[in-house]
Amino acid sequence: MTNDISPLSLNVPEPGCRPGTTPDFSDFEIPRAGAVARPPVDVDPDTIRDMAFSIVRVLNKEGEAVGDWAGALGPDELRHGLRHMQLLRTFDARMLNAQRQGKTSFYMQHLGEEAVSCAFSRALQPGDMNFPTYRQAGLLIASGYPMVTMMNQIYSNAEDPLHGRQLPIMYSSKEHGFFTISGNLGTQFVQSVGWAMASAISGDTKISAGWIGDGSTAENDFHAAMVFASTYKAPVVLNIVNNQWAISTFQGIARGGVGTFAARGHGFGIASVRVDGNDYLAVHAVAKWACERARRGHGPTLIEHVTYRAGGHSTSDDPSAYRSRREAAAWPLGDPIERLKQHLITIGEWSEDRHKQAEAEVLDTVVAAQKQAEAVGTLTAGKTPSPRDMFEGVYETMPPHLIRQRQEAGF
Amino acid sequence: MAQMTMIEAIREAHDVAMAADDRVVVFGEDVGFFGGVFRCTAGLQEKYGKSRCFDAPINESGIVGTAIGMAAYGLKPVIEIQFADYVYPAYDQIVSEAARLRHRSNADFTCPIVIRMPTGGGIFGGQTHSQSPEALFTHVSGLKVAMPSNPHDAKGLLLAAIADPDPVIFFEPKRLYNGPFDGHHDKPVESWKNHPLGDVPDGDTIVPLGKAAIRREGADVTVLAYGTMVYVAEAAAKETGVDAEVIDLRSLLPLDLEAITESVRKTGRCVIVHEATRTSGFGAELMSLVQETCFYHLEAPVIRVTGWDTPYPHAQEWEYFPGPGRVGEALKKVMED
Repeated sequence: MTNDISPLSLNVPEPGCRPGTTPDFSDFEIPRAGAVARPPVDVDPDTIRDMAFSIVRVLNKEGEAVGDWAGALGPDELRHGLRHMQLLRTFDARMLNAQRQGKTSFYMQHLGEEAVSCAFSRALQPGDMNFPTYRQAGLLIASGYPMVTMMNQIYSNAEDPLHGRQLPIMYSSKEHGFFTISGNLGTQFVQSVGWAMASAISGDTKISAGWIGDGSTAENDFHAAMVFASTYKAPVVLNIVNNQWAISTFQGIARGGVGTFAARGHGFGIASVRVDGNDYLAVHAVAKWACERARRGHGPTLIEHVTYRAGGHSTSDDPSAYRSRREAAAWPLGDPIERLKQHLITIGEWSEDRHKQAEAEVLDTVVAAQKQAEAVGTLTAGKTPSPRDMFEGVYETMPPHLIRQRQEAGF
Repeated sequence: MAQMTMIEAIREAHDVAMAADDRVVVFGEDVGFFGGVFRCTAGLQEKYGKSRCFDAPINESGIVGTAIGMAAYGLKPVIEIQFADYVYPAYDQIVSEAARLRHRSNADFTCPIVIRMPTGGGIFGGQTHSQSPEALFTHVSGLKVAMPSNPHDAKGLLLAAIADPDPVIFFEPKRLYNGPFDGHHDKPVESWKNHPLGDVPDGDTIVPLGKAAIRREGADVTVLAYGTMVYVAEAAAKETGVDAEVIDLRSLLPLDLEAITESVRKTGRCVIVHEATRTSGFGAELMSLVQETCFYHLEAPVIRVTGWDTPYPHAQEWEYFPGPGRVGEALKKVMED
């Protein structure tokens, strides 16, 4: 043993900023809007490797849509998109408040991430299936799922479609292409690949979309999903929503030394793209491209949506304990609603007044739905699901031991 | 009817189900071209094509996870975990997902999958080719758990499992694949070819889940067994002269409690045998149920004969495996009280 070897030490990555320090995103490289070319949908994944290290962006600082990825959506569609994001943000604010008032036990908001699920949803077709996490409710809102039903689920009232069995926000709607949410992270990522394989096995033309957060990419099922998607060329779009934070853990703990999450796709031979997650037009354009690749049999695509979790992780979380209160404001990709609003104003299709009016309308819509849901009941008041129901649906037909237990429980 | 090994019966069940329903797909490690390391899927890829029967990457969580996604789409995956000892990477998908899908989505999504896995010891499989992890699955609400002990039941139970609308964990005692085994490892191995339970009905035959079978009628003591231990119990009864009633449970969840209760109330005594380790094993559940339902009929404490609470050893195979000697001792002891 020679003397020139120093003792080893463990590398534990730290975020750039903690409570009380100044947020610094100067290391975060942001390509200018329009800089990344749009390849053909049948592109060989090997030839677009640089896309995993850049960021597809459409909206520039002036609010103009520029480059190859622009032009996919008309003004009406963009106004719809703006409305969906406003609905989601207002819904979040009201439900957060309802939790604080004790009307439900739990809530998780999407603050700052509204573009990701709202814009992606508009790239899918009826019959396609999402395998979402708990932070893609925009998929439901943008596909027209009734907001009052979402609230009934959150309140676990007598009209909760899941009969009070599930924690708030763990929605399920086959009809709206929204797979039942599980509390277990990463599990649905590989299930989305299986669903896509089933479509291929059946000679169908439907596709699926898997969803996972930056933190959960460290789960084993992320790896499983990538292996199966690659091996069977499954018609799936695999979405990583990199919102920088996994509860209190910054994304560097999950990412390690790898440059980007999208770069993980390279080892699996999967076409991998990074997109500005706060740019509604960019998210939609990349989603549309990836969906078309899948639907035409060109195989899976991995998309890293680069965004920022502006709110707390959940109603049980206080982010000021682990990150600067000023970090959200310093986030260089801005706010998705503000950016789309600015774009619509820039192209002469929107105004500050119309925006204010739209905000008021959205608030009315959400409040009306909330009143309707609360008239049925909340977790603590009004009509609740029957206790008898918890024994139902464990199996298609209730086996004898469960019938005995239901009787023992007095139902 | 045709005389078959358990392997052939399982292969035939796949064949019948795949021919009847395009939605049945079969995959797992080495399951496709090669036909499985135990030959249980031999010829299926050639007959039904690569999109119906195919090889999978070595990733148990991926195998079960993709199967759940396929079931959500509307297929009926019948998948294989090469050894029950290797199911643990998939445990999250099985417990948190497959078992819960129907309940948590209020039947918006369901999970009609069958997860087959060779199980049990007695083959010098050592620590990771011998385990009996059934109790890890009987503890999970939403799952069904079955384990055949012969070719006849293997085909019928597997077809019942494939037809079932809920996820079924299907344990195949690999020690019984080629012939029955009573624990007398020093005697020549028998074949299913001359055994009455090796006679397997043609076509679509069902052995219902949740129904036990009495393998040996008796008046003195009820033996609750499944898998390989059915034959060990039969041998122990014969060798000790104790008139034991041997019940082959066949399904552990749902369980045929009626058959158990009826027998124990008749005999007044009960011995439970399984290969799995004792503490918190499925025998503990059986013992509790017998105590709850037959307390006033019991003339002696219920005895469990099980694997020891150790990892499954290699060299000490026959000291670990609960053979006819240990089961016989229990039968004699329960009769003394």
